[in-house]
Amino acid sequence: MAATKKTVYGIYNDEEILLKAIGNLKGKGIKCVDAISPFPIHGLDQALGLERTRISIACFLYGATGTCLALLMMWYMNIWDWPMDIGGKPSFALFKNMPAFIPVTFEFTVLCAAHGMVITFYLRSKLLPGVEPHVIHHRQADDHFVLTIEGKEENAAAMKSALKETGAVEIKE
Amino acid sequence: MSHVESALRPTLIEGDRTYHDITEDVCRPIESKPNKWWWIAFIVSAAAFLWWIIVVGYTVGTGLGVWGLNKTVGWAWDITNFVWWVGIGHAGTLISAILLLFRQKWRLSINRSAEAMTIFAVICAASFIVSHMGRPWVAYWPLPLANQFGSLWVNFNSPLVWDVFAISTYFSVSLVFWYTGLIPDFAVVRDRAKTKARKFWYTILSFGWVGTAKNWQRFEEVSLVLAGISTPLVLSVHSVVSMDFATSVIPGWHTTIFPPYFVAGAIFSGFAMVQTLLIITRKVLNLENYITMYHIDMMNRIILLTGSIVGVAYLTEFFIAWYSGVEYEQYAFINRATGPYWWAYWSMMTCNVISPQLFWSAKLRTNLFATFFLSIIVNIGMWFERFVIIVTSLHRDYVPSSWTMYSPTWVEMGIFIGSLGLFFTCFLLFARFFPVIAMSELKTIIKSSSSQAKKGGHHGSH
Repeated sequence: MAATKKTVYGIYNDEEILLKAIGNLKGKGIKCVDAISPFPIHGLDQALGLERTRISIACFLYGATGTCLALLMMWYMNIWDWPMDIGGKPSFALFKNMPAFIPVTFEFTVLCAAHGMVITFYLRSKLLPGVEPHVIHHRQADDHFVLTIEGKEENAAAMKSALKETGAVEIKE
Repeated sequence: MSHVESALRPTLIEGDRTYHDITEDVCRPIESKPNKWWWIAFIVSAAAFLWWIIVVGYTVGTGLGVWGLNKTVGWAWDITNFVWWVGIGHAGTLISAILLLFRQKWRLSINRSAEAMTIFAVICAASFIVSHMGRPWVAYWPLPLANQFGSLWVNFNSPLVWDVFAISTYFSVSLVFWYTGLIPDFAVVRDRAKTKARKFWYTILSFGWVGTAKNWQRFEEVSLVLAGISTPLVLSVHSVVSMDFATSVIPGWHTTIFPPYFVAGAIFSGFAMVQTLLIITRKVLNLENYITMYHIDMMNRIILLTGSIVGVAYLTEFFIAWYSGVEYEQYAFINRATGPYWWAYWSMMTCNVISPQLFWSAKLRTNLFATFFLSIIVNIGMWFERFVIIVTSLHRDYVPSSWTMYSPTWVEMGIFIGSLGLFFTCFLLFARFFPVIAMSELKTIIKSSSSQAKKGGHHGSH
């Protein structure tokens, strides 16, 4: 029978102690799953072995989509469907009107890139109005740091003592 | 690890604050009752805002004839106020985006309130665009929508259409940038909420945020990329606003210097408004440990720099008008300085060119009264700049029989005062219900730039 998984949370009160603890625990072969902190900690994602986020690639793709859509829209409306000659400035071809089309192309690129990226961020991180937060410690957004470790059920006691040794001020399950 | 910073570098957080102290100091205004001064300011602002509703309602109900515009001067206070408000907004984006790219840590104490100012200023600006249309129910006409007026689409060669895209992009991108930064701070308020109502509202506002490693990693990447794309965006917005004028053939408007000159002027006036707001906010909300004299000094330096750029631009305009050899252009500028609106021109010159030069003095840069006074002067000067550009260029038409004068009616003045009411009402509500300092971000520099870290010994082993 497969052993059931056990999750233990170690609460720390300093990010430097937390980072050292992750190194120590990993050395002992304990799996550090996640950490919750009140602010971004540099080096935490490497310590936990997180992959780089690809959200900036998504942003580039949204932006490129915006560029194409803006050009297509202006070409269709002002060149193809209803060319107008206003103030002696006719609309004959897209490339001839490009200088005048650049501002809207740029703005629409930024609009799509920014909103596309932010919506992706909210959805991927499950951030939406009405989502119930998973609060482990009431000061995890204030000045405390939560380290989540996982192991086998029978090792629970060892995991807790390992957390204690690394300077955890409190332990929760 | 947190790096050790030279003791020579300025302290950005005074008063030996800890992580928890920052939380307490920033949450206190949200968790306590507002004092008498807040109520007085709020009642005055809200009254001005109600007045705005009345005068805008009167304008829309009766027609633009209630304004002082005439056949020759078709743009005046409306567009002056629009450009003034949009310009003020620029400082917020400069602080949150450009200073982030330049890794200027002093932005962390002021970016939240400056961005809030941006949002509210752009709302005020947009209100002038809608009201100057006279028929706000057709405000959707500049949008590229299929319509039944024939197959006539909007003209994408027109700067007025560019402006619709620029302002709406600027507003919505600034809004999500600001809100994304607010989410972790709303979570702080949520997790320590003692009343049911506060817990409920801040749970909704914080979108269920928990600061897991992955969330913070994405958050930082999103902030950085948004800063990267907001930087050209903010520079483009006032450039496009200036092209509303520069692409026309009106003497005094038709100049290539307009985009950079408008952007510099926008940042100049925006920082002045940030100073006006923050000098009061830091005092009323007891945030002197975070918004220190160093922050005020740095903002005054930016005012000095951009004010000098604006001064050079004024002189360049004059030189080029002479050098162009174009009679109309030359007349437009001589008329600005010596014509019937000379007082507006010289108010602008005094407020924008001479007054910021006082900031070469370090004593004045670090004096709260001098800074507050000059910030008001700069905002008056920048208002006159737009008035001078718009009204003096228009009031002397090509045909002397069309020459007129312009003066505002009580309705136009009322709308301007009302827009100030709208702005301050929004800002006061922000200061009451939102964390006015980006605490989650500010906590990242406590181990390098706070007074405690500077004393050394605190983390000597690292």
